[in-house]
Amino acid sequence: MDNIGIRNSLSRWVRDTGPYSDVVISSRIRLARNLEKYFFPSRLSHDRQEEVVNEIEAVISKPGISENTEGLRTVRLEGLPVIQRQMMVEKHIISPQQAKTNGHPGKAVVLQDDEAVSIMVNEEDHLRIQVLLPGLMLWEAWDMANNIDDTLETKVTYAFDDELGYLTCCPTNLGSGLRASVMVHLPGLVLTNQVSKVLKALSQVGLAVRGLYGEGSEPLGNLFQVSNQVTLGRVEKEIIEDLISVTKGLIEQERSARELLLNSDTGSQLTDRIYRAYGILSHARIISTQEALGLLSSLRLGVDMEIIGNVEPKKLDELMVLIQPGFVQYIAGGDLSSDERDEARADLIRDYLAKDKDIGES
Amino acid sequence: MLCEECGKNEARVHITKIINDKKKSINLCNECAAKHQKKHMIGFDLEPSFSIHTFLASLTEDMNLGQDVEYSPMGNRQCEKCGLTYKEFGKLGRLGCDQCYNTFRKGIEPLLKRIHGNSIHKGKIPLNIGEHIRRKREIEQLKEDLQVLVINERFEEAAVMRDKIRELEAKLNG
Repeated sequence: MDNIGIRNSLSRWVRDTGPYSDVVISSRIRLARNLEKYFFPSRLSHDRQEEVVNEIEAVISKPGISENTEGLRTVRLEGLPVIQRQMMVEKHIISPQQAKTNGHPGKAVVLQDDEAVSIMVNEEDHLRIQVLLPGLMLWEAWDMANNIDDTLETKVTYAFDDELGYLTCCPTNLGSGLRASVMVHLPGLVLTNQVSKVLKALSQVGLAVRGLYGEGSEPLGNLFQVSNQVTLGRVEKEIIEDLISVTKGLIEQERSARELLLNSDTGSQLTDRIYRAYGILSHARIISTQEALGLLSSLRLGVDMEIIGNVEPKKLDELMVLIQPGFVQYIAGGDLSSDERDEARADLIRDYLAKDKDIGES
Repeated sequence: MLCEECGKNEARVHITKIINDKKKSINLCNECAAKHQKKHMIGFDLEPSFSIHTFLASLTEDMNLGQDVEYSPMGNRQCEKCGLTYKEFGKLGRLGCDQCYNTFRKGIEPLLKRIHGNSIHKGKIPLNIGEHIRRKREIEQLKEDLQVLVINERFEEAAVMRDKIRELEAKLNG
């Protein structure tokens, strides 16, 4: 497969560049909603879950119902090969939990062509309306998600309580059902040993911090996800405003940490680290996801700080997704063992970095 | 031919793969083939072992003033809609349906205060829910009016009223 073909299989947040992209990789808004007439998915049979999917499909595919839902299509997950589902997880369109269908019907995702909008049907809640955009674009993402929600709520009856708001399966999502998050790249704060302090401060202002893969996992490649903790008793706009102002603070901290690294006597060490990362990535024959993510983080830092000039920054975001197991196998064209994946991954990275000049906008 | 993996048993499974246009063959015994397959499956095991639900469940226990959920006043409550018991909620940390929030309200409220520091929703309200309630009330009112018409033997008007109610009910449920 050529690079342009690969690039076309990526979501908008990976391919496009957004504001503050030197620190903020992506912005996400997620709304949890349930339909009044069904039990929550965990207590619903597969057949009844499929009814939910059909009902949502009927609403969104009705032509001319609203421009908000135009271009949305329903993808039933049980019919998709494992690798396709895995790739959706790697693009953050669906959760690992949603990808596990065990061959049963009832799980689906509603998608737009550029995958900026993805609605998970029958994950923990009946609906998880998600919008993912590149860079710091939380307001844009909120408007898109809110508009879709507005359209849906005129056609289906949500489970809602005057006092408790939108009723969700887990009490942690109750109320607004809103989770706003940003994925940030903080190599400067990690290298200057400030990251634990910063993360502690974030938790004190009601924000949760997680690694790249979401809840609970180790942060890989200096990537962190910051999101609001509280969903009940706060107006949506407040939640988003807070996250934006904190993110802007984080951007400032990260940028000054990078400056500090470059201008102090650690400057040559930093440059060395970045060029070594570039060297390994463009010459290695075997590489694990974990190692590659670490090196891509260093290389991205070098590109963002203009220490290295001949690598297109967006390509590194693309590689971040492309080196994941699902994509590596999709590109290689078959199932691979983990050893084979490490070889295929190294091939892919070398190839992708070498063809830098050949890649135009597709 | 002997198995390429263990070198002991007869190879009975022959796998040919084409990766990046390069052909690769492996010959394995049944046992090693099973292991091989396991190794090749990519799982969705990116999830952490820590479960927020179990964690919440442990909080509900704690909330009942040190009492075991089983002996707390909420212990034997069961949701009429989905059948979830408070005990089960105590184990799962998840609710079964919208009605559960009414049934277990008292038990959940302290948990909500802990998670959110708050227990009253301030955000968005679905447009059609206000409307839904309003329409339902309108229909109820019309039904009462219909009764009055029937009692007074004003059957022609009652028939018109009955059709109107049917129409509104169809709209409400459509």
